[in-house]
Amino acid sequence: MKDMLSKQAVGLKPSGIRKFFDIVSEMDDAISLGVGEPDFDTPWHIRDEGIYSLEKGRTFYTSNSGLMELRQEICNYIKRKQGVDYDPQHEVLITVGGSEAIDIGLRAVVNPGDEVLIPQPSFVSYEPCAIMAGAVPVIIELKAENEFRLTAKELEDAITEKTKILILPFPNNPTGAIMERKDLEEIAEVIRKHDILVMSDEIYAELTYKEKHVSIIEMEGMRERTILINGFSKAYAMTGWRLGYACGPREILEQMTKLHQFAIMCAPTTSQYAAVEALRNGDDDVREMCMAYNQRRRYLMNAFREMKLSCFEPFGAFYVFPCIKEFGMTSEEFAERFLAEEKVAVVPGTAFGDCGEGYLRISYAYSMDNLKLAIGKLAEFVDRLRQQK
Amino acid sequence: MREELLKIIERNSRIDLKELAVILGVEEIDVVNELQALEDDGIICGYHTMIDWEKTSIEKVSALIEVRVTPQRGQGFDNIAERIYKYPEVTSVYLISGGYDLLVTLEGKSLKEISGFVSDKLSTLESVLSTATHFILKKYKDHGTILTKKYEDTREKVSP
Repeated sequence: MKDMLSKQAVGLKPSGIRKFFDIVSEMDDAISLGVGEPDFDTPWHIRDEGIYSLEKGRTFYTSNSGLMELRQEICNYIKRKQGVDYDPQHEVLITVGGSEAIDIGLRAVVNPGDEVLIPQPSFVSYEPCAIMAGAVPVIIELKAENEFRLTAKELEDAITEKTKILILPFPNNPTGAIMERKDLEEIAEVIRKHDILVMSDEIYAELTYKEKHVSIIEMEGMRERTILINGFSKAYAMTGWRLGYACGPREILEQMTKLHQFAIMCAPTTSQYAAVEALRNGDDDVREMCMAYNQRRRYLMNAFREMKLSCFEPFGAFYVFPCIKEFGMTSEEFAERFLAEEKVAVVPGTAFGDCGEGYLRISYAYSMDNLKLAIGKLAEFVDRLRQQK
Repeated sequence: MREELLKIIERNSRIDLKELAVILGVEEIDVVNELQALEDDGIICGYHTMIDWEKTSIEKVSALIEVRVTPQRGQGFDNIAERIYKYPEVTSVYLISGGYDLLVTLEGKSLKEISGFVSDKLSTLESVLSTATHFILKKYKDHGTILTKKYEDTREKVSP
């Protein structure tokens, strides 16, 4: 058949992660520092609640927006953490992971030709989702000297008359960067001035190691122009349950709910019951996991200092983003050689945008023993490269 | 730092000082001082090793014994607890709420040795009213550590 495929779909670049995944999966004995998900199991009481819901025969669709009970818990949670109110009836939508919320959130607000501002390095989905929504992605290249935060100047410079929405991906995957209150205040001013929307992807909100996470919705005039995205994957180690949510102004949520209704119907029912338990009784689990991540983060920062590998100190998510420019190799070359010679997998920074060139994403969602083993190999590799120079 | 430090060494008392300092984000000397203070205050009472004796060829039997006792005037349960815990084969003694008073755990070489202890020593104590002995058949989890299964990383090796 001629012209069988969508030009737009075909035109999308395959994820840079995928390519690397294919190489790594051929090596059985590779140690990986390449995952973007927690190493912890979902806390047992949460799993138990999921199992219980199955036993009780709760195996039907929920409402399109998701269980009211869960939406209410989400509103309580946001009120508790951010001090901002959402109406569970009209301003919350339960989605299949944060990823679905990104997709339908963009499709709900952009028109053909609208520009979507995407700070990079960042999660791999924003750009393709923007393209498939008919928008024009405009990349803002974040800089190491700003600790990969988005500055008001960078934002201001990227805004045009066509700018519709800014994606705000903090705490950030892959850099681990966070935005603190003063950073957010500065960019909120620019956003208000130019009257644009924000999609704030706060999936790593619970995993910060400096101050408590601050959301853009706390800034004046921002709640009414922000699609807030969060979910259960990272905070509660629930990646496989595929459960996220979006909160925002009623007009936008109405459109998102419509798209969700036609494409998805509703998020998995079992996962929704488990998530209610997570929000009600999961605070201690989050604190324990966060403490463990922080210990590993400090361990890695110290290890990089000792091997004199330049790396800004990240305060969020579970990634560090060391710089490898001194070796005169691309990120991909470095990662491939490291894998071939030491059998350790890390993800090249370029998988998260061209401006990730010269960096690696190293995940610390691993046990300390695993990290020590891998970091020992990194130290040897780095030494060898320096001697070869 | 105290709570975090205790949590770490409760799981791994062999962790070295330098690593402790690094992962806690403090100086080594602070860790040394804190550990000393914790030991002096009797908060850290010892550094033990978890051993799954099942996996060795050494014969060991453990039992939990529920003991009902008559508390003594002015002493409560302390005196009788002390008389029991002084036996080296007794590994722990807890005062328990509910249907009985003391929970005693015991290790011995054989069933016979343990039953001998219960009938000859424990039951004959004046204030002991009754005992119920439960032998441990298998340990699944002990001190927060799962003994029957090793952690296996089943995640995809690379993910976004």
